[in-house]
Amino acid sequence: MAEIRKSEGLIDWLDQRLAVKAFMRVMMTEYWIPKNINFLWAMGVVLVVLFGVLLVTGLLLLMYYKPDINLAFDSVNYTIMQEVEYGWLWRHMHGVAASATFLIIYIHLLTGIYYGSYKKGREMIWITGMVLFIAFSAEAFSGYMLPWGQMSYWAAQVITNLFSGIPLIGDDVVIWIRGDYVVADATLTRFFMLHVVLLPLVIIIVIAVHFYSLRFPHVNNQESEVLNFEIESKKFLEGRKKESKVVPFWPVFLSKDFFVVGFFMMIFFALVCYQFDFAMDPINFEPANSMKTPAHIYPEWYFLWNYEVLRGFFFDIGGMAAMDIGLIAFVIANIVFMILPFLDRNPMNTAPAHKRPVFKYWFWLLVVDMIVLTVYGKLPPTGVNAWVGFVAAVIFLGLFIALPFITKYEAKGDAQ
Amino acid sequence: MREIKILAIVLFFTAVTYWGVEPYAHSQMHPHVAPADFGFKEIAPLHVNGNVDNGKVLVEANCIACHSIKSLGLEAPMSFEEAASAYGIVPPDLSHAGVIYDKNYLAGFLKDPVSATQLSHKFGDAKPYAMPSFSFLSEQEIADVVAYLGNIVSTKISDKGVFEEACGRCHSMKYDGLKAQTPNTFIKSYLGAEAPDVSMMIRSKKAEYLHTFINEPLKMVEGIAMPRVGLTEASQAQVVSYMESVGDRKKAERESLGLKLIGFMAIFTLIAYLWKVQIWREVE
Repeated sequence: MAEIRKSEGLIDWLDQRLAVKAFMRVMMTEYWIPKNINFLWAMGVVLVVLFGVLLVTGLLLLMYYKPDINLAFDSVNYTIMQEVEYGWLWRHMHGVAASATFLIIYIHLLTGIYYGSYKKGREMIWITGMVLFIAFSAEAFSGYMLPWGQMSYWAAQVITNLFSGIPLIGDDVVIWIRGDYVVADATLTRFFMLHVVLLPLVIIIVIAVHFYSLRFPHVNNQESEVLNFEIESKKFLEGRKKESKVVPFWPVFLSKDFFVVGFFMMIFFALVCYQFDFAMDPINFEPANSMKTPAHIYPEWYFLWNYEVLRGFFFDIGGMAAMDIGLIAFVIANIVFMILPFLDRNPMNTAPAHKRPVFKYWFWLLVVDMIVLTVYGKLPPTGVNAWVGFVAAVIFLGLFIALPFITKYEAKGDAQ
Repeated sequence: MREIKILAIVLFFTAVTYWGVEPYAHSQMHPHVAPADFGFKEIAPLHVNGNVDNGKVLVEANCIACHSIKSLGLEAPMSFEEAASAYGIVPPDLSHAGVIYDKNYLAGFLKDPVSATQLSHKFGDAKPYAMPSFSFLSEQEIADVVAYLGNIVSTKISDKGVFEEACGRCHSMKYDGLKAQTPNTFIKSYLGAEAPDVSMMIRSKKAEYLHTFINEPLKMVEGIAMPRVGLTEASQAQVVSYMESVGDRKKAERESLGLKLIGFMAIFTLIAYLWKVQIWREVE
């Protein structure tokens, strides 16, 4: 046990018992971040802020929400939106923050791909990040069901039904997930449990692991320059701050992040108060009605790209049913980003995309293709739309098939 | 400079995606329709001026056997429940009928209710419409009735009042404690579909859609059971405004709070920027 002296103050008292000074050094003032970064490196902190918004507004909503198919819609649209002081604000913030989280996740993810931050020792950062993406997807999907509007019900119906495509046990799996033969009260209450307890718990744990996994390989930088963090941090501590290539997380890195967060939150509140339909689809303000199928069923915008991969295969090929091909493609689309570090056969070259001869085209094609998939995932799949979706889905899969060859080819070039 | 370039690229792709999934996708899902027609142009206009006194006699002889005119103290002969089982639907009160409905529409409705309401897919010889045709009246007599109906009350009707007279026979507004006058089971057997509660319709359909939809439901939804009721543009605006006051009650608060929240974040951003500049001056 440490020697306990009479303390010189509160901090010292705590330090003797909890080593708060050492803790602050490790977590904040001597957690080193490269200096050569741009605002895209602030997306992680923006996501933390958004998650905080989701957590706090979620707790407030939870005080009035009623997970019962006869009460849910009115508890959200009457009690929360009209009766509770600023209830509408908490709900709008919750809904818009969910959508904004996905926008920032996509920017964060594409930043990681562009700057090669998923490989050469940073694989675990990437993989835990993708686990977070999947956990957030499940969180968003389960949350979307809770207001028990038309799209809550029909999206749940369509998406849970996808599991029937699993060979042999598919139909039983669907019933197991729903807790009933159709989407019903049992489905709502279990999705409520997932949304407010299990998934947030998983997300918080994985966020901790995601941060932890950053500590050893360190944060990447704009040029993918390999830094000797020991030497650079020593320079900083000696006062050669301008010469050092690193800065401490607090206050230097975070001072910039606060600015980015502030700028982002300005846009966020504008969306919350004036432009929220993209995140809170009007059709979900109509109560769920199992007898009335909406004319167009589509998921929230952030699921459209992989929904379109599923839907893109609309005709049977070589004796295989369109539905089965679509399902396989859908499963691949959902896990392919996870294995990206291993599809890249040039693991030592972490240069940003614009410095890589072929990969840069691969990257921008991926961005454009995912946007095409997103837009056509919402459009009615008729006529030429179906074909655009099909081609975009094939290109998407093709890009990931081509990636090992492209990177292998680049690796050969690097070796010469 | 590099940061600005990166920001421009991020904003560009975000904007393209937004445009694609919102305005563009919605324009594809809800094809363009002709604007609302408050002239009810396909109904032949009245060519004669009505006589109020004559109209009063005609209304007393022909209408009040089924309709109430509460503003004159004339109560309906039956309760809502009885009326619904007798006619299939509760007949409307006529206190403001001549004011809230378009005059040409009313005339067309008296002559041929099924065409005026655009319900020929629901009613015909096999299943007659509750309101009989008054085509046996002369053009002058119809004009008299319309003129009288427009003269019953001089005070302006409230937004909620228009809703209750024009919509409240079938639609409930439960977030404002209004229950449809006709029980839903009757509506279902009368029109073939239940009339939904419209408490949140302003958020699910939006004012712009409702503007064209209420004016002519059949144009917007094929085979829909909802009749064209013939509200004037001003009365329809009152209905939509009432729907907004119930379903989007916090709109004003939302729009004024929005500016304050944005302003707060702007000040935060400015201070954060100054702090950042100060901190980074030491390291750059």
